[in-house]
Amino acid sequence: MLELIPVLLISITIVFFMVRLAPGGPFTSEKSFPAEAIERLNQHYGLDKPILVQYGNYLLNLLKGDLGPSFQYPSRTVNDIIKETFPVSLELGALAMLFALSIGLLAGIVASLKPNTLQDHMPMGLAMTGICMPSFVLGPLLILVFGLWLGWFNASGWELPSDRVLPVITLGAAYAAYISRLTRGSMLEILPADYIRTARAKGLSEATVIFKHTLKNALLPVVSYLGPATAGILTGSFVVETIFNIPGMGRMFVLAAFNRDYTLILGLVVFFSLLVVVFNAVVDILLGLLNPKLRMHA
Amino acid sequence: MMLKKITSLACTLLLISGCSRRETPVQIGNREQILHRNAGSEPKDLDPQTTTGGVESLIQDALFEGLVAWEPDDTDPHPGVAERWDISDDGTVYTFYLRPNARWSNGDMLTTHDFVFSYQRLFSPALGAPYAYMHYVIKNAEEYTKGDITDFSQVGVKALDDHTLQFTLKAPTPYFLRLVRDRSAYPVHPATILKFGKIDEPNTKWTHTGNLVGNGPFMLEYWQTNRKIKTVKNPYYWDAKTVRLKEIHFYPIEDVTAEERAFRTGQLHITKETPSERIQFYRQNHPDLIRLDPLLGTYFYELNTTKPPLDDVRVRQALAMALDREQIVKHICKAGEPAAYNLTPPDTAGYTSRAKIEYDPAKARKLLAEAGYPNGKGFPKMEILYNTHKAHMGIAEVIQQQWKEALNIDVELLNMEWKTYLAMKQEHKYDIARASWIGDYIDPSTFLEMYITGGGNNNAGWSNKNYDALIQAAGSEMDQVKRFELFQQAEEILMMEAPIIPIYYYHNKALVQSSVKNWMPNPLDRHPYKYVYLEADE
Repeated sequence: MLELIPVLLISITIVFFMVRLAPGGPFTSEKSFPAEAIERLNQHYGLDKPILVQYGNYLLNLLKGDLGPSFQYPSRTVNDIIKETFPVSLELGALAMLFALSIGLLAGIVASLKPNTLQDHMPMGLAMTGICMPSFVLGPLLILVFGLWLGWFNASGWELPSDRVLPVITLGAAYAAYISRLTRGSMLEILPADYIRTARAKGLSEATVIFKHTLKNALLPVVSYLGPATAGILTGSFVVETIFNIPGMGRMFVLAAFNRDYTLILGLVVFFSLLVVVFNAVVDILLGLLNPKLRMHA
Repeated sequence: MMLKKITSLACTLLLISGCSRRETPVQIGNREQILHRNAGSEPKDLDPQTTTGGVESLIQDALFEGLVAWEPDDTDPHPGVAERWDISDDGTVYTFYLRPNARWSNGDMLTTHDFVFSYQRLFSPALGAPYAYMHYVIKNAEEYTKGDITDFSQVGVKALDDHTLQFTLKAPTPYFLRLVRDRSAYPVHPATILKFGKIDEPNTKWTHTGNLVGNGPFMLEYWQTNRKIKTVKNPYYWDAKTVRLKEIHFYPIEDVTAEERAFRTGQLHITKETPSERIQFYRQNHPDLIRLDPLLGTYFYELNTTKPPLDDVRVRQALAMALDREQIVKHICKAGEPAAYNLTPPDTAGYTSRAKIEYDPAKARKLLAEAGYPNGKGFPKMEILYNTHKAHMGIAEVIQQQWKEALNIDVELLNMEWKTYLAMKQEHKYDIARASWIGDYIDPSTFLEMYITGGGNNNAGWSNKNYDALIQAAGSEMDQVKRFELFQQAEEILMMEAPIIPIYYYHNKALVQSSVKNWMPNPLDRHPYKYVYLEADE
């Protein structure tokens, strides 16, 4: 966890100076306003101070947990925005991950039990399609079928519980596909192992053999993949959030970059960096629990 | 076996019952008078004095009301919170009489002192209100805003009593009533402002859920970031009996395709836009759903007159004359937008410019030859700068082609994201740039004042002393006929000198469900919600 501090400091420094290199600023707008109005805004946000002073002030405020005011949404602070949008992204991400895991594991196991038969080719073919199909194709396709033709779901929004269905499938599909291929691969490696043969020879039921003995070991690569996948799901949900108009953090991040909302960009970078480090730590712990060899090394 | 059958039957029933065609928000809204409108993006804030965008204004119109208001089918100023007004003979003193039953959404009485407070806030130097300058026609407003005077009682806004408000202007301003209709002149509730900060403190939380007190036909129920703004009918509104809608829900959908899908699945009554590729479809198949109404705005190209060869008026004229705008509106715009041959849209408060820069490729070639580029020979390579958008690209491609055919010159296309594009234009780092202007109020001055020497929005860097003098003279001319004549002469100079090339006049392109009643065309896209109601077709 100590690696967090240099990682954060480096990301903040790079982003702090890079966003200011982009042409235009937070107050550049189509209708230009009197110089005195822009001057007042710069003063108000401390943008009239030398850049190193601004940088120092940012770090000092960060130590107090204050990510500053948003330039684009001036009556809201970055902390307010994260507080409002993160739960949405978390819910979307968690549901998508749950979907990806349940579908992915099931398909992987089913396929691995009868390799190179229809039972293998069908889910793996679907998985290949899932991996290849980008969310900006899958999302509108699902809306077309289930929203417009069948009228079962809303095309956008995050109001009703049913509004979760299509975005979760759209976001989770590619991950489900990847997990299913990972599971199949590692299951096929482990199924011929000696200890599995021993388990079968002991007369254990097929379910016990698969779920208790095979899957536990086959899960290791899947679990290692979960760390980056969870971070990816949380940070990469921008496309899905835009298609379905979901008030999450991914959409905010991209909007912030377009709006040159310096503090919001930085605040979200800090938050995302924290998330990635935390998820990686959680995965390390999980791997330790699953694999006694790793525990021994630790 | 039996158990398996029962389980599968239960699952099937569950699926069928859970996934039946649902009643859409529009259907529920029609029944319960709940309007669903897309605002187009997340509003920056809901403070009418510190925001400038159209997104904010369409929500603020529900939450606040000015002295003067809109009617659904008329662009003239109508009584709002003020029931009537007098104008002095010399046109410099306006006296407004407030409705005695005007109240704030918390039940407080609305008085003229609230308006004086609001104007003091608007002109406070520390607030930095971007539209304060529009009201500099009020005596000493500019001096107070710039900090030259600090005593607000010297500014021409006075409460004569609780219900009589008087404005003293620097000079006669024929469009003053239209100006006080702008959202920057909406009143703000003093006690609420002071509860969350000082009078001139920007960006406090007074506009947030549970805090905002307004005086419009609706009041804020909640504001959820990037999700929804819900407003409900304000029982204290002076004309609450006219208001038929119970709620208005505003959404921040930015993507036009996502917005249209939400419209088709019955989630929106009114969209902000129609995707350009769907306009033709709606015009042919659902003409009752698409509203293509004139908007007070012009799409044009700006030429950087600060550098050669565009500092030569003949080159600029040649470029303007070589454009066949009819082809552009017919093949690219598709929403029936009229081709533009001058800057101010026709019939702006009764003004239609007589200046016209015609399509004349032969004359264009002649002018270009006179400027030293016969048949385009030796003409330097130039770029057309535009912000990322399919329609802008389409127009730029056609123009590139038309200039090649008519003048034998090569221009390249330069696509930039929004802020980069704006920065390049404002820093004059471009040759030719796509531009647009939507009027702030209905008067030619909102267009023509843009091109005065050194004007903040004059990105062409163009300067003409005669033009400046005419615009200045029009600014203090009380007689509307004479004033419009001054604008006519100014616009003739502008078109003759061609620092800009008008291309088309904007059309609003909203999709509106047929159940929405009293939604009339408006050149500033302003729709008084108090008259709107919903009635599903039989």
